[in-house]
Amino acid sequence: MVLHYGPQLVNLLAAVLLLLAFAMLSQRRILSLINLFAAQGLVLFMATVLVAMITAQTHLYWSAAVTLVLKVFLLPWILHRLIRRLNVKWDVETLVNIPTLMIFGLVLVILAFNLAAPISLLAGTVTRSTLGIALATVLLSFLMMITRSKAVPQVVAFLAMENGLFFAATATVYGMPMVVELGIALDVLVASLILGVFLFQIRSRFDSVDTRHLERLKEQ
Amino acid sequence: MGAELAILLAPLAGGALLALIGHRRYAPEVNAAVSIATFCAAALLVARVIEEGSITALEEQFFVDSLNVFLVALTAFVSMTTSLFSRPYMRIERAHGRVSDAGMRLYHAMYQLFCFTMLLVLTTNNLGVMWVAMEAATLTTVLLVALYRTHASLEAAWKYFILCGVGIAQALFGTILVYFAAERILGSGMTALLWTHLDSVKAGLEPTVMSIAFVFLLVGYGTKVGLVPLHNWLPDAHAEGPTPISAVLSGLLLNVALYALIRFKVITDGALERPFAAALLTGFGLMSVAVAAFFLSRQRDIKRMFAYSSIEHMGLITFAFGMGGPVASFAGLLHMTVHSLTKSAIFFTVGHATQKSGTQLMEGIRGLVRVSPALGWGMMLGSVAILGLPPFGVFASEFLILTTAIAQQPWAAPILLVSLGVSFAAIFGKVQAMVFGEPTAARLPHRPALAPVFAHLALVLLLGLYIPAYLVDWYRRAAQLIG
Repeated sequence: MVLHYGPQLVNLLAAVLLLLAFAMLSQRRILSLINLFAAQGLVLFMATVLVAMITAQTHLYWSAAVTLVLKVFLLPWILHRLIRRLNVKWDVETLVNIPTLMIFGLVLVILAFNLAAPISLLAGTVTRSTLGIALATVLLSFLMMITRSKAVPQVVAFLAMENGLFFAATATVYGMPMVVELGIALDVLVASLILGVFLFQIRSRFDSVDTRHLERLKEQ
Repeated sequence: MGAELAILLAPLAGGALLALIGHRRYAPEVNAAVSIATFCAAALLVARVIEEGSITALEEQFFVDSLNVFLVALTAFVSMTTSLFSRPYMRIERAHGRVSDAGMRLYHAMYQLFCFTMLLVLTTNNLGVMWVAMEAATLTTVLLVALYRTHASLEAAWKYFILCGVGIAQALFGTILVYFAAERILGSGMTALLWTHLDSVKAGLEPTVMSIAFVFLLVGYGTKVGLVPLHNWLPDAHAEGPTPISAVLSGLLLNVALYALIRFKVITDGALERPFAAALLTGFGLMSVAVAAFFLSRQRDIKRMFAYSSIEHMGLITFAFGMGGPVASFAGLLHMTVHSLTKSAIFFTVGHATQKSGTQLMEGIRGLVRVSPALGWGMMLGSVAILGLPPFGVFASEFLILTTAIAQQPWAAPILLVSLGVSFAAIFGKVQAMVFGEPTAARLPHRPALAPVFAHLALVLLLGLYIPAYLVDWYRRAAQLIG
């Protein structure tokens, strides 16, 4: 049953992933942003498990487990703690207003689909049509990163970008070899810990985690 | 077998050890000892490669050939001399109260881990692990750039992290695409990410996928090389971090990132019939040279100026590899070596000069020769060397690159010449004013370490006058590999 509808279900989850990327792009509250990130992790986990079931690739179960632990529980928990300690629950300001951002986002999605089309054609995987979505998620996170002025949303965008990349790997090649995936997961974890430390340093220096304070180094 | 493991294990274990030792009095000596041990392991490895040719180890996970062996030796050497330099340098910083005890612990532990990640990038055969190690290299240095906790250093570190994080994410996408192309031939699993295997089947790789992959990889690793327009993090990170870190970032990390790019270029060239990767490298390289030269002339901060000079030289090397052919690739490899040695030597002198003057602004640094002749002459000679005056090695490599450019890409030659001229005028004028003139400098609480400076400059001079036969042989074979 699941196997029969498997590919369609993966496509559905991919669509949800894209929707979540847009939701994050338009989200103004930091707390909701982190919850959306956790939801994205959950969708990613489900998609990975599904692909693993369809293709009987056992190592995908492992990377699904890593995703669950890292992206659904650990990282959101770290982020929640971080904003509680930093006390930054207020609204997120974007540098560009949100409707304009949405239009930029749409353009990026079209771009991603066009770029992915020739590659998808070559892929023999059942999930090949989702590569465009994966690339779109990466690009949308990138857009979010450059349009947010607060540090925490930038971190979330960075992590969401990694989600998109992970999904790209699952969709096109049924995941990278295990050693590499573990290495990537470790990097992401260390990166978020370092960022946490770093945010405290920034705050103790400026009493705020607005990266607009960080614009003094400019070319003369 | 032992040597290639020791070269990775020494800095890894050293990092853990230094984290335990913390800020004890002898921590800088331990740091230097670990780096010396790493260098000895690298020397053993080099001896083995000279004897046996390319080797693979641990089920082909590690791979050393003529292209990476000299970079391994260079990395181990410069990180050794930098650890010797940082011994008094960081003590002086501690005495001046710029670094806390916790900062010293962080500095030493991360320094070794940083060396570990670079050596891992260089020796791994697995392109996925290469990515992981490259990201780890960013992570280990990001807190070091922020070591002084000043406004500017936090800003520089944040910028460094965000820009390189975004860049390196693109490289991961590129790596995934390469794996995708390889999987169709080599089957799924680890083998499809091993460079040696990819190299042997490169002609069969899907050209469309490889060309898209290379664009992502160029953007990703190119950010770390500091190619214009992805270079924004580089001057800030160099200017605001501690000087030993500026020296290893400039002298080593940029080289290592470029090395990753070259590995992918070799495969992409094999898969594509047209010179796609070459054209991209030539274009980005030339743009970096030109833009950096003009930005360089406008700098007031000494470390920023030399950071822009690094962008310029990395651009020149990228341009040389883009042109390709035996002479240009040879020159590119030689330039990687001499730039790394010269630029780190310059940063050593710059470090002590700024400590003596208490400022990084060039108008505040005057009369170095009067205060400390060795320091002043070290900076003067280093600058003369990096500007490409004979008889230093930089002259030889730049001369080769320029003559090849005139023969192969005549349109680019004037741009190169003008850029080199502009940076010459800028750097020479400013360094002259700093070295001679009325002194403003004060005495330091510890004796500065200037032996590494002259060791580096002597090597660069030697490479300008005479390149040993086995080195020529390596460069030739590596150049053949690059194509």
